[in-house]
Amino acid sequence: MRTGGILSAEKAVEALIRLSAFSAILGLFLIFVFIGKEALPVLTSPEARKEAGLSKLFLPQEGPRPYSWQPVSEIPKYSILPLFMGTLKVTLVAILFAIPLALGAALFTSEFAPDWTKELLKPIIELLAGIPSVVLGFFALMVMASCVQDAFGIIYRLNAVNAGIALGLAVIPIVYTMADDALTAVPKSYREASIAMGASAWQTASKVVFPAALPGILAACVLGFGRAIGETMIVLMASGNAPVMTWALQKPVRSLSATVAAELGEVVVGSPHYHVLFLIGTLLFVFTFALNLFAHWFVRRLQRKILGAA
Amino acid sequence: MKTLALILAASLASAAGKTVTIKGSDTMVILGQRWAEDYMKSHPGTVIQVTGGGSGTGIAALINGSTDIAEASRPMKAEEKASVKRKQGKDVSEIPVAQDGVALYVHKANPLKKITLAQAKRIYAGELTQWSELGIKLSQIIVYGRENNSGTYAYFKEHVLGNQDFAPEVLSLPGTAAVINAISKDKNAIGYGGIAYGKGIRAVPVGNDEKSPALEPTMKNVLDGSYPISRALYFYTAGKPEGEMKRFIDWVLGPEGQRICGQVGYYPLKKPSKP
Repeated sequence: MRTGGILSAEKAVEALIRLSAFSAILGLFLIFVFIGKEALPVLTSPEARKEAGLSKLFLPQEGPRPYSWQPVSEIPKYSILPLFMGTLKVTLVAILFAIPLALGAALFTSEFAPDWTKELLKPIIELLAGIPSVVLGFFALMVMASCVQDAFGIIYRLNAVNAGIALGLAVIPIVYTMADDALTAVPKSYREASIAMGASAWQTASKVVFPAALPGILAACVLGFGRAIGETMIVLMASGNAPVMTWALQKPVRSLSATVAAELGEVVVGSPHYHVLFLIGTLLFVFTFALNLFAHWFVRRLQRKILGAA
Repeated sequence: MKTLALILAASLASAAGKTVTIKGSDTMVILGQRWAEDYMKSHPGTVIQVTGGGSGTGIAALINGSTDIAEASRPMKAEEKASVKRKQGKDVSEIPVAQDGVALYVHKANPLKKITLAQAKRIYAGELTQWSELGIKLSQIIVYGRENNSGTYAYFKEHVLGNQDFAPEVLSLPGTAAVINAISKDKNAIGYGGIAYGKGIRAVPVGNDEKSPALEPTMKNVLDGSYPISRALYFYTAGKPEGEMKRFIDWVLGPEGQRICGQVGYYPLKKPSKP
């Protein structure tokens, strides 16, 4: 009787934790359904299609500015290509800034640093992740923007470089933590074998440990990329939010996520503008989801290859 | 103890009976809060809750019936009025409550003495891009504006740009304070915003055209209508205001309410109008 009670209690707990695990999937699904439902009228509703059909979103329009994001206008213009370009530009700068720094730091703390240095550095770098993005954004807006402007001699104070570097600060701890874990997880025997063969510490790190940890490191980079694409507050504050259609990094940018954040609060519910903002949200969702899925698949493939070869 | 409980109960009861909610324009939120504070001081038992969020947010709340008064720094659109009629079954009352001017700001070191509406239009439409064209020894004009959810954006677009689109290069920032801060750090900058005070910036006198005199956005110039870019700030209610709401609005339009307009940096109406 008593063991029966314990057993059923165990069953109940097990059911509960199973539920909490599956609730994540349910949540993901519901979010997607809701955002997708609000975005769908861009494809289905005749009214929304007339004002903001897919051709207007993605194809050049007639007039002096073929790619124009001017949703509040007598003739609203919804070209989302400048926003795509903005997100891509800022993300690229962030990645180019963050990944070398993060990987360098991870290689140092996992392979070269004495224990006390590692114990000091690792928590401090990871603390960067704990800074609220609005604080990073504020810092970028007030302090960093002027420094970046002077350092690169850029005429625009708020620009893609400034926003990208600030975004990089948010990406570094993510890439660092995962890369450090991946490097540390490489079996000790690899290093011992390499050193026994007469390789130097640097040769061991760069030619043996780094390649062995490559799947994890790539996953770290892809996750950092995903974070950079979706991050909103930093870009909203530091980028200048001008929907310019150019690859020039010294110009201000308006990203997809910042556009949703800036405009959704004021938009007339049910208007074409509203649905387009949800479409942007859906695209961001699908994009980061696909990126994560791809990273997962790629890492698994690479892992099998490396393990198979080893 | 018993009396305390009685007082609490009484104040709760009266509060429940007389709560007025106000929601809307970020430009007007400080003004609304000052009105609410002073009114509640002289009318104990009435609770007035003021929140911001933007003119559009306030109007959306009026449409949904989740606020009594919507504050807006732009006139309500016909489709929005129709939505209120459809959802609430009442016609919208439009009550101008204060005047505001939109100023054009430059960095304090910029010697620009005058700007005409036509020049401002060409700058914001992206046709005039160099300070040298205005006779100023600076390089490219860095143009700051507000996000497209702002009443000031809508007003500027209508009155200065004649509803033409802003150039894509216009940097958009949330709030007049952000615009002022950005200009104070950027010697090539120009920006528009509500009339405010800030370090490191200067409001440029605005002229209707080349011949007309350029005027500073002062109280006198806004009130007599000579300053070229000034606007009315509004309260909107669903149906005619009644009861406590009507008493509050009458007070706002009266001498005490209008005096507060001046204290927080806006301008009173020329003559108080009755709703």
